[in-house]
Formats: sequence, C-alpha cells, structure tokens
Amino acid sequence: MDIWNYLEYAAWALSALVAVVMLLDMFRIDTTYDNELLTSSREGELELTQERHEL
Amino acid sequence: MSNSTATAAPERLGLLRVLGPGHVWALGVGIVLVGEYMGWNFSVGKGGMIAGLVACWVAGLLYTCVAMIDSEVTSTVAAAGGQYAQAKHIVGPLMAFNVGLFLVMAYTMLEAANAITIGFLLDTVASMLGHSGLNQKPFIILTILSLAWLNYRGVLASLSFNFVITAFAFVAIILLFVAVQFGVSAVPLDFSAVTNEPLPYGWLGIVAAMHFGLWYYLGIEGTCQAAEEVRSPSRSLPFGTMAGIMTLLIAATLTWYVCSGLIPWEYLGNSGTPLFDAARVTGNTGLMVLLFIGTAFATTASANGCINDASRAWFSMGRDRYLPSWFGAVHPHYRTPYRSIVFLVPIALIFALGAPLDQVITFSILSGLLGYTFMTFNMVMFRRKWPLGTIKRGYVHPWHPLPALILLILCGATYFAVFLGYGTQLIAMLSFYIIASLWFHFWRYRFVRRGEQFTMPWPRPQGY
Repeated sequence: MDIWNYLEYAAWALSALVAVVMLLDMFRIDTTYDNELLTSSREGELELTQERHEL
Repeated sequence: MSNSTATAAPERLGLLRVLGPGHVWALGVGIVLVGEYMGWNFSVGKGGMIAGLVACWVAGLLYTCVAMIDSEVTSTVAAAGGQYAQAKHIVGPLMAFNVGLFLVMAYTMLEAANAITIGFLLDTVASMLGHSGLNQKPFIILTILSLAWLNYRGVLASLSFNFVITAFAFVAIILLFVAVQFGVSAVPLDFSAVTNEPLPYGWLGIVAAMHFGLWYYLGIEGTCQAAEEVRSPSRSLPFGTMAGIMTLLIAATLTWYVCSGLIPWEYLGNSGTPLFDAARVTGNTGLMVLLFIGTAFATTASANGCINDASRAWFSMGRDRYLPSWFGAVHPHYRTPYRSIVFLVPIALIFALGAPLDQVITFSILSGLLGYTFMTFNMVMFRRKWPLGTIKRGYVHPWHPLPALILLILCGATYFAVFLGYGTQLIAMLSFYIIASLWFHFWRYRFVRRGEQFTMPWPRPQGY
C-alpha cells in the first residue's frame, strides 16, 4: 500500500459522497416543490420584456 | 410555495442571468483549449509537419466562419440550447431535434474523453513516481461527478472556476513559447523536416490531417449555450465568442510552432500529451510542472464546460417537450437545470468507462461536424427569412454568404477526411440520427405544444 492506493480509495469515497449529496438534494427539491413550479421556465422571456426586435 | 402567490402573473423559475463576456470566453475557450494540449498532433502523424500546419489554419478558417455565423444568430436568438433554439425558429422542429441531439452527444462524448484523459494523466504521473498499474476508474468517476456537482450548484461559480483554469492553461502555452524563444530549452528548435520531408504522404495527407485539425477549435460554438444566463446576450455573446476564436488561433499556432520545432514529427504524431512532452524535451523542470498543470487544467475546464452545455441543450429540449418535460426543471435555489445535469452523468460515465478514447473522440467530432453543416444553410435561411433591417441583431457578420459557403466546403472536405479513417463510425452515427429522427417524427412530436415552442417576437418571415 502506498500513497496512490490511498488516493484511489479516497477517490472512490469522494465519488460516492458527491453522488449521494447530489441525489439527496434532488430528491429533497422534487418532494418539496410543486413540479409545475420547477418546470415553469419559459424560453424567450428576456425577449418579451427587454428586447424589442424593432429598429 | 407555488400556491402562496395569489397574483395574476404566475410565479416562474428561470435560469439565473449572472454571466458576462469573460464567462462566455471561459466557456468557449475552456471547452476547446484541451485540443491544444492533446489530439491536434495526430494531424501531424497523418500528413507531416506541413499538413499539421495547413490543418491548423484551414480548421481555423472553418471555425472563424462558425464563430461569425454563431455570433450573429445567437445574439438574436438568445435562448438556452443555442443552435437547437436557432434551428427551431429558423429551420423547423425536426432539424431542431437533430441539432439538440448533435449538441448533447458532442459535449457528453467530449466530457467522457476528458475524464479518460485525466485518468491517463494521473496514471502517467504515478508511473513517473514509481507506482505502476494505477486504477484510473475512481479518478474518472470523481472527475465527472465533482464537475457535475459544481454545475449543479450554480453557473456563476462553475464558469468563474473555468475562467481561472482556462486563463492559466492559455498563459502556460505563451510562457512555453517565450521560454523557448529566449533559449531556455536544452534542445534548439528544428524545422528541417519542413524542407526535407514537406509532405511524406502527399497531398492526401493534408486532407487526412483535417480530421484532427478540428481538435484545435472543436467546441467554440459552445458559447451559445450561455445565451439565457448572460446579462446582455446581444453584447456578451458576440464579444466572448470572437475573443475566444482569436485566443484559439493564437494558441493553436504557438502550439504547432513549439511542438513541431522541439519534437520530431514521427514522434509528435503519436504523442499523448504533446505540449507536456515539448516541455519535457526542454529539460526545464519549471516548464514541465507548468505544462503538466496546464494539461490538467485544460482537461478539467473542457469537461466542466461540456457538462454546462450538454445539460442546457437537454434542458431546452425537455422544456419544449421534444423530450419528457421532466427534464425542463430549474432548481429553485441554484437556478440550474439540475435534472438534466444529473441525468447526463451516468451517460458520460458509460462512455468514459466503457469505450476507447479514439472512438469517443471520433463520435464527438462527427456530431460537431453535423452541427456545423447545419449552420451553413441555417445562416442562409436566417438572412432570407429575416433580412437585415427587419429585426434587431446584436452583431452582423460581414461578407455573407461567403463564410457559410466556405464552412460548407470545409465541412465536405472534413467528412471525406473522417471517412478515410473512420468510415464505419460515420455510417453508424448517421444511422443513429436517422432512427432518432423517425422516432421523433412518428411518435414524440405529438407531445410538443406546437404554438408555444416559437418564442421570438419576430415579424412574419419573408415569403410566408
């Protein structure tokens, strides 16, 4: 066992930690908020409010 | 939360508008600069030093056309999804679906290739320090997951991080050039092969070199994906994109010059990390460390930008119901397309852990090339349907339709170059897109809200 073996284990552990944290946050958001709100984004809202596309 | 608002206007979540031109530059150059650190040199192997330089500049011309066209259209169609949103408004839904897939495949494959490279780099360092047989898998997985998490947490932090590491990688190339010019290298620059063996495989070698010549610039069009998150799309997108292609033209030429001068072309054509190898040839430890960090940073920046872009394209398609609308969700705190980011992680992992690097790169290049071909007739249709003076454009590119024509001709030449080396993959990729198109046309399009997908408040196009 040298430093590289420890780094391998650390990488496995960190990967698992990041995956769990990300999935837990996603689960928390999906169960806390209404799906209608989460998917309410609409394309082109800036165009409608700020850009006029007129010369 | 949604029920608490009792006003007439519905509460809506959108992506956060926090980016400036520097972030756009960091996104475009960050995705691409890894191509200077590895991959481009296979063009030298295909056709020699001269072919490598011709490929560098011809591909530079191709991508200058891409940058000019993209700057005009994206500064007008400022929406996440970039070329997907352009295709939807200018050509039609089936083209848009295909362009969306090109984007997702190109960026996800490139992300996988970058993760593989980081594993390879760490293995190289471990071998140099006396540890053989490093298990690369945990590092590949960690790279993809940690960058996905960074993207999940917010676009500002993600692209600010990209700005720092991309700038470092670019400065490292310039420092290597300056150091070699001032005689730091133990080995002098030698360009005798330019006259002794100008074209070892003839003119066909130049055509074959084009395949890997794309690697110098592949991905600069990714700047468009930030359209919905920049504070001023009509100013930031053209500025960031054009500054990006100028940066890359400088970096590509310096890279060819230093590497071709220090490494014999027969070796350079097979090198895994040409800039790092050039630094090793100089015999200067400081340059070696600098270029190793530059290689690692460039690779990380590319993977990070790819996650950003692939997720925006996937998110946009979900928002328009080209894919299940579940993917069109925005995180209420971080304001990122979090479901798309998470969904694409296992796909990137499958390619990174299960496919060879050259195949992954080739599929990424092919998807990108299909996207560039689309841009040519997209640009012509855009100017025909909405001529200059009918809608406000953030940027108007000069000499239309010359850039579109040059781009089409160069794309044709590159298809031929790819066919010479990877004909089977080219046919397999085209077959995949044809089958996907049939699925979209005969099944998926029935779920699309047809009127809602066209969002730009433009006048009726000419001829309609």
